[in-house]
Amino acid sequence: MIDINSTIKVSIRALKVNKMRSFLTMLGIIIGVSAVITMLAVGLGAKQRITQQIENIGSNLIIILPGSMTVGGVRTGYGGASTLSIGDAQAIVKDCPAVLRDAPMLSGSEQLVYRNQNWSTNVQGTTSSYFKIREWTLAEGRGFTQQDMQGATNVCILGQTVATNLFGSTDPTGKTITIKNIPFLIIGVLISKGQSLMGQDQDDVAFVPLSTGQQKLFGTTFPGMVRNIMVQAKNSTDINFAQQQIEALLRQRHHLLPKQNDDFFIRNLTEILTAVQQSSSIMTLLLAAIASISLIVGGIGIMNIMLVSVTERTREIGIRMAVGAKTPDIRLQFLIEAVLLSLIGSIIGIIIGSIGSKIVSVIAGWPTIISFYSIIIALGFSVFVGVFFGYYPAYKASLLDPIEALRYE
Amino acid sequence: MPLIKVVDIRKIYKMDGSLEINALNGVSAAIEKGEFVAIMGPSGSGKSTFMHILGCLDIPTSGQYFLDGENVSELKKNQLADIRNKKIGFVFQGFNLLSRTSAIENVELPMFYAKISIKERREKALQALKTVGLENRVNNYPNQLSGGQQQRVAIARALVNNAPIIMADEPTGNLDTKSSHELMELFVKLNNEIGLTIILVTHESDIAGYSKRIIRFLDGLIINDEKTK
Repeated sequence: MIDINSTIKVSIRALKVNKMRSFLTMLGIIIGVSAVITMLAVGLGAKQRITQQIENIGSNLIIILPGSMTVGGVRTGYGGASTLSIGDAQAIVKDCPAVLRDAPMLSGSEQLVYRNQNWSTNVQGTTSSYFKIREWTLAEGRGFTQQDMQGATNVCILGQTVATNLFGSTDPTGKTITIKNIPFLIIGVLISKGQSLMGQDQDDVAFVPLSTGQQKLFGTTFPGMVRNIMVQAKNSTDINFAQQQIEALLRQRHHLLPKQNDDFFIRNLTEILTAVQQSSSIMTLLLAAIASISLIVGGIGIMNIMLVSVTERTREIGIRMAVGAKTPDIRLQFLIEAVLLSLIGSIIGIIIGSIGSKIVSVIAGWPTIISFYSIIIALGFSVFVGVFFGYYPAYKASLLDPIEALRYE
Repeated sequence: MPLIKVVDIRKIYKMDGSLEINALNGVSAAIEKGEFVAIMGPSGSGKSTFMHILGCLDIPTSGQYFLDGENVSELKKNQLADIRNKKIGFVFQGFNLLSRTSAIENVELPMFYAKISIKERREKALQALKTVGLENRVNNYPNQLSGGQQQRVAIARALVNNAPIIMADEPTGNLDTKSSHELMELFVKLNNEIGLTIILVTHESDIAGYSKRIIRFLDGLIINDEKTK
């Protein structure tokens, strides 16, 4: 094999002869690569952010909602009917092997009052399992105990937003607030969960034991009925099994005939997560594909300049052939020149693209991620462009006739 | 066995349409090792075509060419490149050095394609430049050298791979009289001291006078072949 180092040196020297021309030729690749890098960085950042937001809700999560109800021809939406009971929730944990834990939920909007401060928020009655399902830990105080659950004690746990609005910077634990004129002892404050995927403040919430909610706050039409049930599957691969087991169990418990529709709905966050991730991946690829068109345009620029270069250097090619350069030697030299153009261009492009995506993340407040793979892809693609568009000029150069090349003026 | 032997070499150039030009009409000749041959003739007589074929830059339309016993007329393009690299050194009228490339790097070029290591390349190139008396001009670029010096670099490049034959196509064509004669004396020295076989194309009789044998061409045929020394 020929001395590659010397060949590269010769190529660099040739590129230096026309610095401006070499730079302009690279410009296409520089723009293309920096566009691809930026687009991939923005796309990946978006995907990661969405994924984080969804995972923030809780992992391996399934939500069971009651079905809709038709009263005098008026149909309610999902959750309109009261078909889910505490008994259902207990049976699900007991009889569905793929289910790790579940939490029945009751909720209502209530006014919370502390001395001269008040705040309207969503009060939820649930069990201690809920916090495990949502992987939501306490910043202060303690959670619900067995006594709280069984004795329907007047205790509550606040979300950060509620705590801040009622108590400012002082620690709310141990203080007493009133809900519907019933005094409640604050036993804990949750850590902040931030915004949900839809932009809702997840911390604007207060929790009471399920039994307390049932008996003292939310007088339901049907005792023992709940608004929804949160279920956590044992692991992510079990989600579909868990869903099937729950459906079968609830149909049986609700005495539904085979022809009847379910009177409940099962929602699964993993499905949403996968769908969102897929669509953001497609968006990312689409953006990158559009950006890579400029890489191809850049490649054509390289081909154009290499063809000019071969014509200009016909005599040089003739001299090289006269002293013993073979077809592959000449071809390799021009190919290396083309690849160098695209490779140097892509390295500059990667640097500019990295800076560009930082700027995007600062201006748009959108996280950007420059992955190792996107750099590899950009480098690989540009080398491919160099070889692909450099081959024809190099091939043309290598086919020159030595005598004609030497005579060329 | 002669170093170069050609038998009934013909070269026909096909021009546009059906026009054919017979550059060589059946040339046979033999050149022994160590000879200093001048090829003369008016322009269009076929002398350059003959030298291009001898130098493996071109292939004959018909006929056979034995170089060092090997039938070169049957070789492929890349094999011919190998022969040019190892057995033949060229000196051209227009010098044909690579511009923006120093004298020593120009001399190294044949060894680069012979895949010789960078260290050995440098050593041999220095030696070759010394032989042609340019040891003080090693790192100069062609545009910093006079015509005579550039042609000496070309000779060093022809010598450097230990090729047994030097082919010079009107090497003095672009030089003044003084440089021309200095160059010819260098050729004579190389022929006498190293025993290089030199084949020279020229149309100046005083330049041809340095050789030991003159072959005259006319209309694609050898009309005269005589030893002068």
